[in-house]
Amino acid sequence: MAAAPRKNGLLEEEEEVVRSSAPPAGSALLPPLYLPFLPPHFYQPASSHEHKLNFKKSKQACLSYIQDAMLQKQWKRAAEFLTFYVESLEKDYSKEHVGPSEMIWRIGTEILCHHSHSSIKEFNSFMEQMKTLGVKRYLKVCLEHVFHLLCNGLIDEAYQNLSLAESWRFGEQTVIQDKEIKLIQAYRGLLDYCKWSKQKNMLLEHGQDGFEDLSVEQEMHSCFRKAAVNLKEIIKIPGVWDQFVKCYVDLLEFYGDHNEARQVLQEYAYNPKFPANPNAHVYLYQFLKRQGESKKSLISALKNLHDTVPSHELMIDFHLMLQKSKKRKKRRLGLEVIFAVLDYAGWKENVKAWSCLAKQLKQIVISEKHLDWLKQEWSSRKDWWPAFHFSRYLGKKNWQENQSLSYEKALVAGILLGKDGKYFKYVSHQGCKARMKRFRILKKFVHKHNPVYMRISGLSESSGQP
Amino acid sequence: MDEEATRDFNERCAQCSEVNWGLTDGGRFYCRSCHNVTERTREVVNTDFITNTRVQTISKGSRKQEKTDGGCEWYVCEGFQLVLKKQAEALEALGVCPQMKDEVLWNFWRCYLQRSKQAYCIRPAGETVKALSPQVCDSSTDVDSDPERPSLLHVLSLSESEGDLQTDNSFASSTSKVSECTSLCSGSVDGSLYLKKNQKEKLRMTMPMTLSFCYMALLWLREPVTLSDLLRFVVEGHIPYLNVFQHFPEKMKLCGVDLKIFCVESWPAYEEVYNKMLELAVFLELPRFPDITDSCFLHPDMLCMKYLMEANLPDELHNWTCRVVKKIGIGDVDFLTLVPGNKSTAKVKYDILAAAVIVVVLKLLFLLDDKYEWLLSDFAEERNKNNKEGDPYFEFQKWYKVIKCSLDAKQKKLDEERAKYLWRCEKPLFYSAKMKSKVLKRRQMVVNLQNQFGKLAGSVRPAEKPNPSSFQLSWSEENTDGSCFHGHSLKGILQEKCGLLKPMNPDYWLCTVKLCTERSCGHLAHYSREEDFPQSYHFVLRLFSFLLRIQPSYIHDEVCVIEQKLFNKKFYKKAKIQHRSKEIKRPKNNIIKTM
Repeated sequence: MAAAPRKNGLLEEEEEVVRSSAPPAGSALLPPLYLPFLPPHFYQPASSHEHKLNFKKSKQACLSYIQDAMLQKQWKRAAEFLTFYVESLEKDYSKEHVGPSEMIWRIGTEILCHHSHSSIKEFNSFMEQMKTLGVKRYLKVCLEHVFHLLCNGLIDEAYQNLSLAESWRFGEQTVIQDKEIKLIQAYRGLLDYCKWSKQKNMLLEHGQDGFEDLSVEQEMHSCFRKAAVNLKEIIKIPGVWDQFVKCYVDLLEFYGDHNEARQVLQEYAYNPKFPANPNAHVYLYQFLKRQGESKKSLISALKNLHDTVPSHELMIDFHLMLQKSKKRKKRRLGLEVIFAVLDYAGWKENVKAWSCLAKQLKQIVISEKHLDWLKQEWSSRKDWWPAFHFSRYLGKKNWQENQSLSYEKALVAGILLGKDGKYFKYVSHQGCKARMKRFRILKKFVHKHNPVYMRISGLSESSGQP
Repeated sequence: MDEEATRDFNERCAQCSEVNWGLTDGGRFYCRSCHNVTERTREVVNTDFITNTRVQTISKGSRKQEKTDGGCEWYVCEGFQLVLKKQAEALEALGVCPQMKDEVLWNFWRCYLQRSKQAYCIRPAGETVKALSPQVCDSSTDVDSDPERPSLLHVLSLSESEGDLQTDNSFASSTSKVSECTSLCSGSVDGSLYLKKNQKEKLRMTMPMTLSFCYMALLWLREPVTLSDLLRFVVEGHIPYLNVFQHFPEKMKLCGVDLKIFCVESWPAYEEVYNKMLELAVFLELPRFPDITDSCFLHPDMLCMKYLMEANLPDELHNWTCRVVKKIGIGDVDFLTLVPGNKSTAKVKYDILAAAVIVVVLKLLFLLDDKYEWLLSDFAEERNKNNKEGDPYFEFQKWYKVIKCSLDAKQKKLDEERAKYLWRCEKPLFYSAKMKSKVLKRRQMVVNLQNQFGKLAGSVRPAEKPNPSSFQLSWSEENTDGSCFHGHSLKGILQEKCGLLKPMNPDYWLCTVKLCTERSCGHLAHYSREEDFPQSYHFVLRLFSFLLRIQPSYIHDEVCVIEQKLFNKKFYKKAKIQHRSKEIKRPKNNIIKTM
């Protein structure tokens, strides 16, 4: 057991007197002055094997140097340490989850992408080596390679690489990596689509000149077939395939296969095996709109979108559509939708959204019907909307920046918070001062309907006031 | 190695006219091509280091010359002999006297072979090679992660249980049998048996033990090399250790279990090498080692001087280290000299002992309680400002700043070097022939990648080997920046009393009140960063830990031991006084007065 350092009183050599209770001579005089600060590596606890360096520890240290360098974008330094780290390949039996060979692949790719002296040629040769290094992720490496080529605009090379990867056969590994194979095929399909799209545009241009080229047209159709086969395959697997779906639908629509397109989009949007994906509903809605489908089907598509993303920009369209409906239930939903939109900060200064809300509120107030809807929507918001939307500060800011916004908001604020609300008071005062007619009308309107405010905020019942 | 022994015999064989001679156990030459034995015998017994030690191999019949892979038969101990030879040559090149290689180490090794019954002995009839379950391999030479190993060993142990490797007569046939069935798993003849032998009575040779041999020889000759120096030279690559097998002759093929024996995956650890050295000295039944007198480099007074210089401390401190050494008798010949097997004598780690003495002296003079040393430093600074004559007074603060700066830089460099250490050589090893192409392909890929990223890194290759030096930090008075403290005076911290200079510091604190027993917990004392020691103390320990490349706890342990010796009597008396008078409630609150 080691004792903490203790300091004791002065003792003369000759006399052996115990004077431990006396204050220490030195420390009483001085406050602790210069405590030495030790560098961080001194703070590491000394383990019994700290000084025994072995292969693994050495390579781990090397790896952390690489990570540091990469985080600081010191690509040259990262490359330097990587040259020493690659040795760990000779010890790689791929038992660990992320073995050295995967590390080297990922780190090397990153360095080659960012290092100023690297070239696409070098990148290619690195990737070829990585492909031979691990058959277990052969196709992943291929895909990564292709992405890099695409980012550098080398579409033909990318296409070639995809074709090569597709024909790769390696015993059972081919079976194990079937997901990757599907992706490879899908990306090849995507590139086929790009080719098709290019040829289509060319033909459309030349077509106007009365020029027809059969071979181009044939090639275009063959591209279509190749693309369609592969794209169709990938979107059968549950997943997020926005790009593939869009391209496939575009192909189908061009060739007039609207039923297939609708089926694909509906499957993509409604199949519960697929992850929730707002875009799926957007694509479906856009398709239905293009097809001139009935309001009912449009509304149901948007309803789904509303459920997942209540702040989506299509919600304004949705609200307007619902407003026009004759059914009370739908108009009720419209109110819900527009309130929900304005819960999000992104919409805070959107005049359109505010005018939609103002319009519907005005209708409700004038008709004095459905005040209960209003009351219900407001009850969950009355705690935080005043601070979120209707502070005096915002009133001032909106007034200075956008008067029509402040008009719409003031109308809403006046109805929801009464004539004494900060926002309404400020804006209507400014409006009247500027002698603007619509603000005077607004003021009158709010004053007239002030009791509504009492009713929706539950004041009239509880206090018995009119 | 027969080649060496038969080097001088150049006549052609009468039968096949080859010049390819081996030695029989009768000392006669035999032709290794046609196995024709001549009448000629060796005239001189060659005591050259690398002579025919494998008497046994010959008694087992002629060395089977060519295996299918073009390698020759060889034994594990021959491999170690080559390693020792390389290491001894390297030490000689570093300036160690040639005696070490040709006499001392050679004799130790011969003695080891004899005692471990590997050579220079008649194999006792009836000795069985027990096929025990494979022993856990040494941590530093591992191929643990090789997935193929267990199954192979399993096959091996089966095949051995049927073979009776019992008598000399049957040995010749059975070795070939073993080597045939083990050719997959070891290149050497006895590699697979080697790891299995019951090692209770025999000290099995390992790679770290080659360094124990070297250190023992150095110690025997009282060469000015400490163990920490030796290990540092190994790490810096001045002494072959890692990948030493690449110096083996072409015909000595390593594979299978040999990798486990000769492949090194970690740097040698101080304790391991030191303890093996002690064991070895006992095993060889060596007599008392030559005396370590005060004129020897390993004497604490000498080493303290060296470390004081390296730590950039005033020369005057040497006076104080000598006084401490004298007072507790750690400079005595009997204390310092190694007597193998004598349990009552201390086992001295010279380098650690000297460093600990310096730490104790620093504590005596400066207290190192994070207050007093800075107070003294302030006084010295004040005085140096006002008085420029004579040697400047030693300022602890200034010294701390200079050392810390230098240490930080060196430590950072060392850490990076460790991360950049290249462990593999150009000649890769493979476990079996089956793996060969795979291993070579890997090697090629590593080289390719090293080239590719080396280019991106501005072709930074591993740092040049530093010149071998026993000094890692050097300070020179010629530097005018005042960063050298060797000539600084201790006047500010000493006071004259009765014509004697005494330290001003009246106090001392003990690192521990009681030493643990090594038997109960393996350590004498316990040190860790979290412990509530003053920062200055930590700093000083780290400094010496860096210089010796060992853990700070080793030095701390030694500091505790020295303190016990220095204060034990007084402390004991005090405790009794306290106990009797019951003035102090906490008996741990020991009071120590300085010397």
